[in-house]
Amino acid sequence: MSRLITTKRLASNIFTFKQASRTFCNDASTKLNNVPFETQFNKEDEGVTNDVPQHDIAIVGGGMVGMALACSLASMPLTKHLSIAIIDSNPALTNMPSIKKDDPPDPRVSTVTPATISLFKGIGAWEFVEQHRHAYFDKMQVWDYTGFGFTRYNARDADKDVLGCVVENKVLHKSLLSCLQKKDLKKTIYPARLSSMSLPTRSSVSNGSSKSLANLAKLELTDGTNVYAKLVVGSDGNKSRVRELSGIKTTGWNYSQSAVICTVEHPSENSTAWQRFLPAGPIALLPIGNNFSNIVWTMSPKDASNHKIMNQHDFIKAVNHALDSGHGPRPESRILGGDVIPSFFKPNVTSAVNEGFEIPPKVVKVVSERMAFPLSLMHANDYVAKRVVLIGDAAHTVHPLAGQGVNMGYADVAALSNVIGDGVAVGSDIGEVTLLKKYETERKTANIAMMAVLDGFQKAYSVDFGPLNILRAAAFNGANVFAPLKRNIISYASGERSLPFLS
Amino acid sequence: MFSRSLYRLRNLSRHNGRSFYNSSSYFKHSALITAFQPLLHNKPYATTTQHAASTSSLNQTELAKFAAIAESWWDAEGPFKPLHVMNPTRLAFIRSTLCRHFGKDPFSVRPFEGLKFVDVGCGGGILSEPLARMGASVTGIDAVDKNIKIARLHADLDPVASSIEYQCTTAENLVEEQKKFDAVIALEVIEHVADPAEFCKSLSALTVSNGATVISTINRSMRAYATAIVAAEYILHWLPKGTHEWSSFLTPEELVMTLQRASISVEEMAGFAYNPLTGQWSLSDDVGVNFIAFGIKNSE
Ligand SMILES: Cc1cc2nc3c(=O)[nH]c(=O)nc-3n(C[C@H](O)[C@H](O)[C@H](O)COP(=O)(O)OP(=O)(O)OC[C@H]3O[C@@H](n4cnc5c(N)ncnc54)[C@H](O)[C@@H]3O)c2cc1C
Ligand SMILES: C[S@@+](CC[C@H](N)C(=O)[O-])C[C@H]1O[C@@H](n2cnc3c(N)ncnc32)[C@H](O)[C@@H]1O
Repeated sequence: MSRLITTKRLASNIFTFKQASRTFCNDASTKLNNVPFETQFNKEDEGVTNDVPQHDIAIVGGGMVGMALACSLASMPLTKHLSIAIIDSNPALTNMPSIKKDDPPDPRVSTVTPATISLFKGIGAWEFVEQHRHAYFDKMQVWDYTGFGFTRYNARDADKDVLGCVVENKVLHKSLLSCLQKKDLKKTIYPARLSSMSLPTRSSVSNGSSKSLANLAKLELTDGTNVYAKLVVGSDGNKSRVRELSGIKTTGWNYSQSAVICTVEHPSENSTAWQRFLPAGPIALLPIGNNFSNIVWTMSPKDASNHKIMNQHDFIKAVNHALDSGHGPRPESRILGGDVIPSFFKPNVTSAVNEGFEIPPKVVKVVSERMAFPLSLMHANDYVAKRVVLIGDAAHTVHPLAGQGVNMGYADVAALSNVIGDGVAVGSDIGEVTLLKKYETERKTANIAMMAVLDGFQKAYSVDFGPLNILRAAAFNGANVFAPLKRNIISYASGERSLPFLS
Repeated sequence: MFSRSLYRLRNLSRHNGRSFYNSSSYFKHSALITAFQPLLHNKPYATTTQHAASTSSLNQTELAKFAAIAESWWDAEGPFKPLHVMNPTRLAFIRSTLCRHFGKDPFSVRPFEGLKFVDVGCGGGILSEPLARMGASVTGIDAVDKNIKIARLHADLDPVASSIEYQCTTAENLVEEQKKFDAVIALEVIEHVADPAEFCKSLSALTVSNGATVISTINRSMRAYATAIVAAEYILHWLPKGTHEWSSFLTPEELVMTLQRASISVEEMAGFAYNPLTGQWSLSDDVGVNFIAFGIKNSE
């Protein structure tokens, strides 16, 4: 099987306009080796195909999600032979950034779920994450400013070692780049941006002079290069150009809320993810290793800009006020969650279930810049069109409330690579809508459910319901008492279930 | 699938729409019939389609209908939509049975490398192209010249598919030319030929000894054999009661018997209860049953 013989390692091609002819010659020759038919190209088309870069898949947007797709395709037996173009002007793709261990953590972090961790392990990228700063957490405490309720989740309740892991976005990205470098994938990186795109229409296919190109998507890049591909993957973030150029409409709205994020330091190490609900929205303190934590604090846009510019001292005071001392009393374990509940109500209660309320660590220093992002929700009405598919934030953007954003994108990656693999297995044209629809069907349902919950969650906590808070608190305490329920909640939150948590 | 509507058309003209007309399952699929409107409303009988030399399997009325809608072979939303949607499933069947039979690596991208396949009644090449991508050297034949032209044009859009050899001819003609193939595949064709028994003999003659034959068609008794994989032995021992009127829709056991007489023993069979995933195709759960059979040509 000549397919297997041609697994010589290819250094990653970096395609620039100047080098065009040379680089492409290499590319063309590997292609010819790879496909054992002499009739690989139509005679009359030969001139055209040799001048113009042609790929099986063009990934537009080499961010955290796009790079994961490249790695995933490179690690599956039925897709690793595909020729991949990665189009992104981000210089990190070509000059691998160095990450120093003793730099303070970047404020842009992701809370990756166990499902995402297993995807990373499967594609061979987690070992690189482990070489950098990352912080597993096995406990989560969610409470409410009214002082009525609190919930502590412990990984043990769900028979797990960890609930998740907080990783800086730049570490996730770099790990994927390092992982990809080790793969045999036939990839070409185009350091440019997509400017326009034409998709095959029936008339271009029947009238086109160069037949094999007419049936492909044509991408025009900002540096003047044209790239052709059987399938264009839009992983170009929430302002996706691919989505716009393929005419896919979106549904979405902005909340009149913003999130302030930054890295803070406290006196001791932290391995709990903390989230406290305040009248204006939640504040989260996520461990990011050593004595550092990440803050994601939701508030009105006006407050957000104030909190961005106020002096450090005031900001730290405000953070500690929000996390503990301000707005209301600390919940007492006894009120609802403790002895009040009759013992027959507690089947199989382990000691973990009845853990008492803990006080989050006191913040003493801000060690990064403070950034503010408006919260919004956006969902693409379609994920696929002929020769086009959207993944990650290009298909759905959620506010960072539950740390699900990038995890939804990674679930897209897992689903799409399986669908492409299945398509290759049965000889499908990988850009065919009937094939891509399988991915859409699988992911849309799960993403919409997750978004609905995040939206509901957001609404429930952005308004001060007064007495309703007691119900909310009771729900928290209920969750704290009933181990099986808690287990479910944890598996939703950790990405194992496709349905959302705390609905 | 859509062959059902063809069947009905033919029946109406040939047999006055007997029994099938009363079958309740027919009416359930009116939406399907709508999808084949071009087929029903075109009056294709008068077309001057060029056909391959007239031989035993040709049914001119059937062929005229295909010629009339040839343009739409590759329109995934057009009259051939059922074939497009069914394609991955039937190809998965072919992949798994033939990989096992020919001892090929099921994780290979091109498991059929080095094998010669013929796709009999290839139409626009919906099946031939994936087979070529899976590595087979494919010859696609069809009795309708227009289909072959469409198939050629479309295959040339893809460098790998352009290796397919398309020819307007019949299985019988290839037999006369003494052509032989490792695998002979005829999907959704047997219900359109004039004499299924003769057709099976031709398919058998084209298959090398120990080679494979794959046939799919629509089940006359519709839901009876639904989705399950029917064990070949089970079918082999279930002799037809002789109560059936002959029609060109075969039941699975009839197909097995017919192939048996043509020296092909059916090894595996599967039913397709084809269930669209999205709301796009409103037929959803009630689209009747197609089945596919894989057999081996007896040696000698
Ligand atoms: C404040 C904040 C906090 C967050 N916190 C979390 C969290 O805790 N957990 C979590 O899971 N998620 C979180 N998210 C969401 C998460 O950051 C996103 O879901 C994730 O970055 C999406 O990745 P992506 O690869 O789809 O898009 P992006 O990361 O936006 O990457 C898009 C890429 O496409 C490139 N690109 C754009 N346009 C073009 C073009 N025309 N041509 C070529 N390339 C182009 C860009 O250069 C970029 O590299 C947070 C988001 C925000 C704003
Ligand atoms: C329902 S289509 C199936 C097409 C293709 N096999 C598929 O499944 O995608 C039936 C095809 O068989 C062709 N056909 C019918 N009778 C034939 C015969 N006797 N010999 C060759 N082709 C025939 C028709 O022209 C038509 O293209």
